[in-house]
Amino acid sequence: MNLKPTRLRMCGNWVLDRFPLAQVWNEHMAHYYAPKNFNFWYFFGSLALLVLVNQFVTGILLTMNYKPDAKLAFDSVEYIMRDVNWGWLVRYMHSTGASAFFIVIYLHMFRGLLYGSFKQPRELIWIFGMLLFVALMAEAFMGYLLPWGQMSYWGAQVIISLFSAIPVIGDDLALWIRGDYVISDATLNRFFAFHVIAVPLVLVLLVFMHIVALHEVGSNNPDGVDIKKSKDPWGHPVDGIPFHPYYTVKDVVGVAVFLLFFATIIFYMPEMGGYFLEHANFIPADPMKTPEHIAPVWYFTPFYSILRAIPDKFAGVIGMGGSIVVLFLLPWLDRGKVKSIRYRGGIYKKALMLFVISFIALGYLGTQPVTPLATNMARIFTAIYFGFFLLMPIYTRWEKLKPVPSHITMQPTLEERIPELKAVFDEVTLVTEGENAKRGFNPTGAKNVLVRTAKNLKKSLD
Amino acid sequence: MIDQSVDKSKRQFLTTALTVVGVVGTGYLAVPFLSQMQPSVKAMAAGAPVEVDISKIEAGQLIRVAWRGKPVWVLQRTPEVLATLTTLDGQLRDPQSDESSQPESSKNPARSMKPEIFIAVGLCTHLGCSPTFRPEVAPHDLGADWKGGFFCPCHGSWFDLAGRVYKGVPAPTNLEVPPYRYITDTQIIIGEAAEEKSA
Repeated sequence: MNLKPTRLRMCGNWVLDRFPLAQVWNEHMAHYYAPKNFNFWYFFGSLALLVLVNQFVTGILLTMNYKPDAKLAFDSVEYIMRDVNWGWLVRYMHSTGASAFFIVIYLHMFRGLLYGSFKQPRELIWIFGMLLFVALMAEAFMGYLLPWGQMSYWGAQVIISLFSAIPVIGDDLALWIRGDYVISDATLNRFFAFHVIAVPLVLVLLVFMHIVALHEVGSNNPDGVDIKKSKDPWGHPVDGIPFHPYYTVKDVVGVAVFLLFFATIIFYMPEMGGYFLEHANFIPADPMKTPEHIAPVWYFTPFYSILRAIPDKFAGVIGMGGSIVVLFLLPWLDRGKVKSIRYRGGIYKKALMLFVISFIALGYLGTQPVTPLATNMARIFTAIYFGFFLLMPIYTRWEKLKPVPSHITMQPTLEERIPELKAVFDEVTLVTEGENAKRGFNPTGAKNVLVRTAKNLKKSLD
Repeated sequence: MIDQSVDKSKRQFLTTALTVVGVVGTGYLAVPFLSQMQPSVKAMAAGAPVEVDISKIEAGQLIRVAWRGKPVWVLQRTPEVLATLTTLDGQLRDPQSDESSQPESSKNPARSMKPEIFIAVGLCTHLGCSPTFRPEVAPHDLGADWKGGFFCPCHGSWFDLAGRVYKGVPAPTNLEVPPYRYITDTQIIIGEAAEEKSA
């Protein structure tokens, strides 16, 4: 049966004859083959995109009522919170979105460290990603000045002063950035311009380049196996599945779970105990008085700790900048021949574990006031942070690598793990005999489980 | 197809010439674009001197005044404080203020024109936080070595009550002393230099 094309289809064809929509869709979604063993860690790329969209939409809405003027800014934010219809929701979505962005991005970067996603041939994807991270930090920093609270003001004062530590040109550079001798209306107004148009444009461009570079070489996977090596008679990778519908559907699940957490924070704890919105920022900016305790927002604290740990102004700034720069060099620092941590030697696993601990510890210390003990701790963790990267060319050569399979391996699903989990549950509990049988705690069983877990952990680190 | 030999050197010359013109043009355009981010004429004109009445300041008291948008401290020091200052030199990075910023009239151990009245820009020379005034000796949070001074809450720099920086802290130099002069014994003008003594 040959149906006459409908009017709608004809309109569609008119567009497709003039614009390669179908090709773009196929190349990047329907015919883009991704490895079929993506796990939990592969949610965060698409989630980052979701948060980016959230920041754009809520940001545009906020600019409709926000006033980038030192006299009006603080009050206009309060006006948005109290008098604008749903203004509180839009603002909390934007402020929580900023923190969510960094959570998602840090997990996304950690995935790269786990599975060697930065290694040949994906070095450029990593570089574009690092540029995105730097642009995101600039975006977040400039956005934080806009509410013109105490923390906005003094945070900006500290960060802009970082530039003045550069020899010779530093003071003029800081003056040029501020547009005044102190943080003032001029600074606020230009940060607004950067925050709402200049940096977002850069972000969009970099996201585009990040994805184009990724789709050129193809996605890595938890086994670090190149799926393009074995193809079926139709030329599709045997270990690959089309991104759409398989991963679009998988990502929808990730989005749903993410939104559950996101909404809980927005509605029940938008300030997150002073971590997402700091208490001192509910006081208008006062150039005469620094708050008793100032700390950047949580996502900057690891780098801030490194700055504080070094007892010299210029060296501190170099250390802080260096902690970002070493990340760019990662593809060339890591000499290990194997991508995925599943087949890497114990030394890398232990180094990565130490790095994660030091990153979190530095982050925590950065939120705390300066004490001699905290400073010494921060120095130790700073040494570990840099040790992880700078000693990498040495220790990754000593690694005892495991054989990498030629095809991707399948891990047990959550469903398949249920009997295993039930066995553990039975082991740590004890059912009492008699009439009213009750399930109680079994200390010996629990001890056995703990010992076994510890042994397994130790084995998995070798 | 006509087999024509292409003179590539002419093309190369035109490409190079066009690139050079483009780069120079961009360079010229960058000047106004970058320079418009410099402080405006209005911002540069806003640094007027301020007058401070110091007759009401009690011994040991610190007041803050705004000068060029920055906090400026005026502190009335007690004789005990001045006596302590002389004992600290060994713990300080720049006790004689050789590398620090102050008018010539304040380049002395007490860093002031008159020892009792100490005036400084209240911004840490590290990263510009305003240090807190902690005149008490050996408070429990700062430890027994604390002889009274200014403590920067941001990055933990220590300064004594003459704004001199301690060793082993992030701040590189002593607190800046702004230019100031006495109009009368109880009136100070901040932002105007005292007449320099002839050397």
